[in-house]
Amino acid sequence: MDVFEKLKILTDAAKYDVACTSSGVDKKASAGGIGNAAACGICHSFSADGRCISLLKVLMTNVCAYDCKYCVNRRSHDTPRAAFSPRELAELTINFYRRNYIEGLFLSSGVLKNPDYTCEQMIEALRILREDYRFSGYIHAKAIPGADSTLLTRLGMLADRLSVNIELPSQNSLRLLAPDKTKQAIFSPMGHIQKSIQENARDIVKYRHAPKFAPAGQSTQMIIGATPDTDYQILNLAEGLYKKYRLKRVFFSAYTPVAEDSLLPAPDTKPQLWREHRLYQADWLLRYYDFSAGELLDQQHQNFNPYLDPKCTWALNNLHFFPVDVNRAAYRDLLRVPGIGVLSAKRIIAARRTCSLRFEGLKNLGVVLKRARYFITCGGKAADGFKISENTMLHSLLSEKTLEQYRCDFSQQQLSLFDQTPPINPHPGRVYEDACASGPNLLL
Amino acid sequence: MPVQADLTYYYDGSFDGLLCCVFESYDKREIPIDILSASAAPQLFSGRSIPTDPHKSGRVLASIPQKIGAAALNFVRHAFLTCLPQKELYILLFLRLGYRHGPQVMNMLTNEVVNKLFKAVTHLNRESHLLKGFLRFSICNGVLVGEIEPKNYVLPLLTQHFCERYPEERFLIVDKTHGMGLLYQPYQARVVPIAGLELPETDEDEQVYRGLWQLFYDTIAIRERYNPVCRMSHMPKRYWKYMTEFGRPQDGAKPKLAAFGGKLLNPAAAEAQN
Repeated sequence: MDVFEKLKILTDAAKYDVACTSSGVDKKASAGGIGNAAACGICHSFSADGRCISLLKVLMTNVCAYDCKYCVNRRSHDTPRAAFSPRELAELTINFYRRNYIEGLFLSSGVLKNPDYTCEQMIEALRILREDYRFSGYIHAKAIPGADSTLLTRLGMLADRLSVNIELPSQNSLRLLAPDKTKQAIFSPMGHIQKSIQENARDIVKYRHAPKFAPAGQSTQMIIGATPDTDYQILNLAEGLYKKYRLKRVFFSAYTPVAEDSLLPAPDTKPQLWREHRLYQADWLLRYYDFSAGELLDQQHQNFNPYLDPKCTWALNNLHFFPVDVNRAAYRDLLRVPGIGVLSAKRIIAARRTCSLRFEGLKNLGVVLKRARYFITCGGKAADGFKISENTMLHSLLSEKTLEQYRCDFSQQQLSLFDQTPPINPHPGRVYEDACASGPNLLL
Repeated sequence: MPVQADLTYYYDGSFDGLLCCVFESYDKREIPIDILSASAAPQLFSGRSIPTDPHKSGRVLASIPQKIGAAALNFVRHAFLTCLPQKELYILLFLRLGYRHGPQVMNMLTNEVVNKLFKAVTHLNRESHLLKGFLRFSICNGVLVGEIEPKNYVLPLLTQHFCERYPEERFLIVDKTHGMGLLYQPYQARVVPIAGLELPETDEDEQVYRGLWQLFYDTIAIRERYNPVCRMSHMPKRYWKYMTEFGRPQDGAKPKLAAFGGKLLNPAAAEAQN
């Protein structure tokens, strides 16, 4: 089998992994070596589905001992199998890297023989890159659940970022769809990585040249829409992971049907892209906007509004918080205004030191006045020339198209945006409605 | 108070030349209608040629960090690289504001002059950041060669990044818009004017890796999520010209999207084709 064929099979098998970021670490090539990394991350291309390509994202092998129902590489799936040899993979990475195609390597793997063996293969590939080629570019490695912790430590010494995929957001779902994986097998490597990062942080303070363990931290991903778990459960889990395991990122992946199974959504189901999008918006609110999961969703409202983004929904539910005066409000409060983001809030803080801000000036700062004007005042005055009614507000917060859909859906009911969660497409999972009925059933 | 003078300044197009215009503007207590590079524009309007005098430019250069702050000097240097029309005049107006208000000028984001320059610099930074990723090298005789066609003059901003990335390589980045090239061989980099460049025939190795990269690019996309608008907003089409994944000489320049869609929608046909 030639490299072309291997690359095709192993890329095809890896494409459902979401994380392709190269962020979180700043370094330059060591003497006689090659490769640097920028903390902000660099995208090298965008594929036809609009996702960033930053790393060479491949599997070491797509042979797998496990039989997870949602996965393309499951044992029972009839698909061509291939495996890279460690040297082959290292050579491919370096040659792509020299031509500036990629920022580094994203290496995951199916479980070949047993977790330890698989992990050793990955370590060998990374060792060749780091030691033989003196490569300092970005490496993201997947921790293989069930591999020995010493191997995991070795992997972390070679990689910049490690990740362990949670895949399914509740224990019930995991039991049904990934019978070979357990909560324990997922969380113990995650805990181990976190502990190692913490210990390493102390070592670096003591010894400047102490080798770094996963300097860009760890991340995880979850599949959205393969199971009946609600947004509320998923978001709470994400928040818990940020707090407990100090994750850098939690990625969400809308489930794309790859297999037919009575436990899974029908094969012609469209991936729930809008839902993934809402979850990412909420994820940003948690990480940069100082929101908590409990503010965005609660027991009564378990899912996001398909028509309005989470921040607008929160603002409409908390009108007593507004208006916020841009000339006085704290940074934290400015961030809560729809239409003001991290960048524009920082600019407001800087600009208002020099002069009192007015509506015309705000536009220059990058504030989206179309949305923000309902929620702010400048020097005690609201924007002139408009009346606040639900209708004008809806017009501003929604696009033409979504507004129409919104009207259609709600024509029967009284328009009451403010305390209503619209119906979500009924879920096709037939077997375990009870998983949902029993309320949040989190892994943490 | 300076008067609005009815004349244009002509300078030699260098940063030092511009600083001499700033000196002149203070010396004569006047603000010109425009400041133009003598080489770039025919001298149509009544104007004055400002000679570049290192003594004068040195005085202005030393005063900026002193009176307005190091951040402002850095900002002005960046602004000089942008493609903003009349950037020279805006830089003069910005410095005048700066001498008046001090370091605070960097926060006066609602001011028209400051805002205009800020937007231009943001554009420059964004473009140079994107090109760090979108630039593609071909390896010819062991030298990495890449071409770009940026709107802003980004080469000075790319230098550090690529030198830290490939310290042991020899590389050349050609900026076709500005006719300049960044030359690097171990441990020294230089920016030189480059008129035309003809790349030698690529060898077999290069073809193989281009093919592999195109294969990877096509395979990594998920058909069910196909979203060309999203791709275009992240990666505007003007960058595609020099990117390996879109240039497919061996297939006789097949349109990218058709090839992609066809392959994914009909894997059997694609197999047969190969």
